[in-house]
Amino acid sequence: MPFMPVKFNLQKRVKLAQGLWMIYWLSVIVGILLFSLGIFFKIELRKRSEMMDNNESHLVPNLLILVGLLACGVNAFGGKVCHDSLDPIKFAKWKPMLKPFLLLCCGFNALLLLTALLCFLMQFAVYLTLAEGLKNSIKFYKDTDTPGRCFMKRTLDLTQIEFRCCGNNNFRDWFEVQWISNRYLDMSNDLVKDRVLSNVEGKYLMDSVPFSCCNPGSPRPCIQHHLTNNSAHYDYDHRIEELNIWTRGCREALFSYFSSMMTSIGVLIIATIILESVDMAGLKYLTTALETMEDPENPECESDGWLLEKGVKETFGDLLAKLKTLGKTNQVVEGGDSVSIL
Amino acid sequence: MAVLRLKFTKNERDKLAQVLWILNWISVLTGILLFSLGLFLKVEINKRGELMAERDIQYVPNMLIAVGLIACAINFLGGKICYDCVDTNKFLRWKLIMLPYIICTFFFTFCVLVGALMCYSMRGELEESLNLGLTEAIRFYKDTDTPGRCFLKRTVDMLQMEFHCCGNNGYKDWFQIQWISNRYLDMSQKEVVDRLRSNVEGKYLMSGVPFSCCNLNSPRPCIQQHVTNNSAHFNYEHQTEALNLWMRGCREALLEYYTHIMQSIGLTVLLTWLFELSVLTGVRYLQTSLENVLRQGDLNSESDGWLLENSFMETARTNLNIIKCLGKGNQIDTANNGDPNINVPSTSKAHYGPDNVPLKEIPEAS
Repeated sequence: MPFMPVKFNLQKRVKLAQGLWMIYWLSVIVGILLFSLGIFFKIELRKRSEMMDNNESHLVPNLLILVGLLACGVNAFGGKVCHDSLDPIKFAKWKPMLKPFLLLCCGFNALLLLTALLCFLMQFAVYLTLAEGLKNSIKFYKDTDTPGRCFMKRTLDLTQIEFRCCGNNNFRDWFEVQWISNRYLDMSNDLVKDRVLSNVEGKYLMDSVPFSCCNPGSPRPCIQHHLTNNSAHYDYDHRIEELNIWTRGCREALFSYFSSMMTSIGVLIIATIILESVDMAGLKYLTTALETMEDPENPECESDGWLLEKGVKETFGDLLAKLKTLGKTNQVVEGGDSVSIL
Repeated sequence: MAVLRLKFTKNERDKLAQVLWILNWISVLTGILLFSLGLFLKVEINKRGELMAERDIQYVPNMLIAVGLIACAINFLGGKICYDCVDTNKFLRWKLIMLPYIICTFFFTFCVLVGALMCYSMRGELEESLNLGLTEAIRFYKDTDTPGRCFLKRTVDMLQMEFHCCGNNGYKDWFQIQWISNRYLDMSQKEVVDRLRSNVEGKYLMSGVPFSCCNLNSPRPCIQQHVTNNSAHFNYEHQTEALNLWMRGCREALLEYYTHIMQSIGLTVLLTWLFELSVLTGVRYLQTSLENVLRQGDLNSESDGWLLENSFMETARTNLNIIKCLGKGNQIDTANNGDPNINVPSTSKAHYGPDNVPLKEIPEAS
């Protein structure tokens, strides 16, 4: 009792072959799209790798690139098979390869599912990497003379301007680090000396933020220094002032950017899985319809097409039995030994 | 003596028609490209409309948009005509329209060329407009409470951060205007009052710049206040310090940006013009060769195609005469002092029947 049988005449077969060919080429385009999304994601991670301590995992973009290329190859092959399917001579070439091809498609779908899962789960890893990386970036902001960190200041300033954020959790992170290098502090000045000595670790801390935290939408010129001191500025109350500097933390800003990117890629992969399944079903119908033609010389005859030759349970039972016998062929049959001895 | 005469066999005519059909469709795409380039330029100009004074620069993108749309329409019609030219029956439908179509398209290509040249000529007007606009914008930077100018501060700050520039010509432009609103100045402080009084117009001027002038590449935290005072900062010399603030003026930065866009657009339009001209040449050859085939009568024979039937000078002379005659049709003949009723003796020989004997005059009854 075949699973989901459908009757096919010549017209239906031709229509199925043509429609399937178009769907396969659509899948090739989707494969190219996945490939380019993988490359885009990789570039974005590389651009912001300084914010993540150069520690970020490139697993998801690499997998996307691989999956995109595989999708192109598999679907192009499927399209070629469909194109040749209505010509019996050409189709005879492809017949022996069809069963392994369908198994390959199944495996490919499983890989796609794994990639989609990773897209959703790796977001946690990105969050943790960002938290750690931004903390270090703020710490090394002033080290523009240390090789390997010369451009940390520039990168962090650019990030704060581009993503409209300040500090790791919020702007107060800047109060806890010395972000002005000692090269630019006048150590002969009493005020400077006092401040440095009053700190346990000898750091020059102050309640100021860099200029990149400034919000251009503020109606008044940016207040960067003495942020928590209301009397230092005219008509200023730091508790209610929201427009002066960016209030969002950069970790949240960067995470929401990457998270939305990864979620949309995940959704696209799920759509690809559905498309690939449709492709596989169509190909199975087409091949079974072509194989069950009673009279191969007469193209006008009717034929049946199905998804599985037997029912679902029976097919699984057969599969399990096959796996068991594969395991058993390596075992020695005990009766045979005694026969040979004799 | 035809201009650039070529022989066409039936096969060659058919192939020419098919190739021209494809080329006309490609021209439709280039028309769409022109339209979108015009739209892009319009959007870019309007984005920074606040920073430009009122100047007549909208004509360039409008011209490009119009030219793009007309190019689409003309080439769509051309494609239809060429598609039908393969079949001689269908060609008869278009026969009368083809010559006016070719003439129209020829004049239209001039419009395309003018559009390309306008792109290059816009620079002068744009510079003037930007100069005035930026001066005004910097002056009104502080007026964030005046309706209509609330967002000028934000626009100028975003401009300086995006284009890496400061002020109109340079950062010193900020020293000449008051960019901190009086709302945020403590008038009870002696220093503030002194500074205001020391200025002729009562403006609060200082050698400071807004935060958006800060250069990202500077190794030290940005020095915005007391920029020209070396002793106000440790280890600082403003004459040699090049990395602290953006050194370039915003007018120069914006002008360079727009010039770059317009040069690319101008180049694309020039290439489109050349392409249109070549397609038009092909259509002209197709038209003349098909007309000659119809004149010869045998549809499968060879025929000649040319650009102009007679030489260039003769065609120009004939056309001028046609235009003159068109003009003369309304004029009165001045040979008889303007009176049309005078009988002018006929100079042609009269034909008086088969034996050519003139009629006897019947004597009038007196």
